[in-house]
Amino acid sequence: MVKINPSEITPEDVYINRRQFMKLGVLALGASILAGCAPGSVEETSVLPNAETTAPPAQETGQTDELGDPLTSFEDVTQYNNYYEFTTNKELVASLSENFVTNPWTVEVGGLVNKPKTFGIEDILKKYPREERIYRLRCVEAWSMVIPWLGFPLSMLLDEVGPTSDAKYVRFQTLLDPEQMPGQRDNWFEWPYIEGLRLDEAMHDLTILSTGLYGKELLPQNGAPLRLIVPWKYGFKSIKSIVRIDLVNEMPASLWMEAGPNEYGFYANVNPEVNHPRWSQASERRIGETSRRKTLMYNGYEEEVAQLYSGMDLKANY
Amino acid sequence: MVTAFGQKRDLLLYLIVHLCAIFPLAWLIWDFSTDNLTANPIQAATLRTGKAAIVLLVLTLAVTPFYTVFGFKPILTIRRTLGLYTFLYVSIHFLIFTGLDYGFDVTLLKEAIFEKRYALVGFAAALILLPLAITSTRGWMKRLGRKWKQLHRLIYLAGLLAVIHYIWLVKGDIRQPLLFGLVVILLLLARVPAIRRRLSGLRRRIITRTPNLAS
Repeated sequence: MVKINPSEITPEDVYINRRQFMKLGVLALGASILAGCAPGSVEETSVLPNAETTAPPAQETGQTDELGDPLTSFEDVTQYNNYYEFTTNKELVASLSENFVTNPWTVEVGGLVNKPKTFGIEDILKKYPREERIYRLRCVEAWSMVIPWLGFPLSMLLDEVGPTSDAKYVRFQTLLDPEQMPGQRDNWFEWPYIEGLRLDEAMHDLTILSTGLYGKELLPQNGAPLRLIVPWKYGFKSIKSIVRIDLVNEMPASLWMEAGPNEYGFYANVNPEVNHPRWSQASERRIGETSRRKTLMYNGYEEEVAQLYSGMDLKANY
Repeated sequence: MVTAFGQKRDLLLYLIVHLCAIFPLAWLIWDFSTDNLTANPIQAATLRTGKAAIVLLVLTLAVTPFYTVFGFKPILTIRRTLGLYTFLYVSIHFLIFTGLDYGFDVTLLKEAIFEKRYALVGFAAALILLPLAITSTRGWMKRLGRKWKQLHRLIYLAGLLAVIHYIWLVKGDIRQPLLFGLVVILLLLARVPAIRRRLSGLRRRIITRTPNLAS
């Protein structure tokens, strides 16, 4: 074992090697645990029988995002989670959400639509072919990850219910179940978690509903069974464990907008130029790395999404 | 009067204080060296040293009021120890933030410290603690005389700034930092002469009823 003297900082290469080593060990352990629970409900709902083999761990394939940055390890993605419905302690979410029931699960899609519909999670898994999307996830707390999600464009689901011409926004809601989600027993925040997108943001091809990551079914700590991913916005916009999706004509107020209207806006686009009122957004720490990186405009998706906001004052519409 | 019992008791107190104060640092180094410091180890280390610092700062502030209420004189000997440990954790906290987190990048640091209010008040609190740590020796106490006491009252300001630093950096739920703030304000109130006299009056009444505490 590498000995650490309190008076010295571990050289970066030593530090990273140790992390890699630990990660491999934990990955092996994680894989065996997952294998152990495979005969359960997860397999029954799987529509990708070969999903387990299509995306081996990042360390083996050297998979990267389109900018050439490596995937964040499966361990870090599944053990370091912001999910206040369980706890504000990122390290405890995984264990507290272990027994969270994700099947049966229904998602009601309604509001200003022509064909409101209630989907069972198994319908969604059968109906929409999943594809892998490697996205950067940038948390408002100034850390980030690169995650290989499995999912499908939200626009496919919205097309199915047919938004009416009055529909301007999409409002998403997380399950409200304090029995299963201990964090919801605390009334500091106004549960359930609500998030929203403008309809054109929701219809954008980068916006997906995810049901899996790393080639496996989504785990509860990552928002199982169904979550939103909007990669150019701060992570809190990507609402987890969705039970309701409504098309509406007024801008929905999200949980974070209610909790801190001066700090969390509706748009929440990743923007190094617009700081959070209390801390800087100019740089971030990629999980697994030691030095900070500069934060990219729209989290590196500027080419794809900048036109959604052309002419808008991004400082006012934070 | 120094008795054998008193000596043993003081030694025990001394040991407990040092062990408890070193514990968060030892635990942090252990977790770091076994790679148990979350997926975001630098942030975890910053948060943990910050928490240790504010707890120690509150304990330092609590020493004198504790004596006022309970009249347990040996407690006064650990005040400086606690204060210096506070400064140790503040220094480590500061070094992790500037060195490990920001890699001493002057541009980023300038923005982080001078444009972000939570960092600015935290920095101010640390700056206040610096002269207090330097002048904590007997020599400086003698040299400064009456002024020493006035100077060291600044620790209350540092305490309040540390609480504001904490309130401003949490993401939504500010109940815990508010609790720290309440404790600092109560401890500050216990130093107000009128309240202090009442508290020590209370103590005298307790002592006359239970004389064995008077040693």
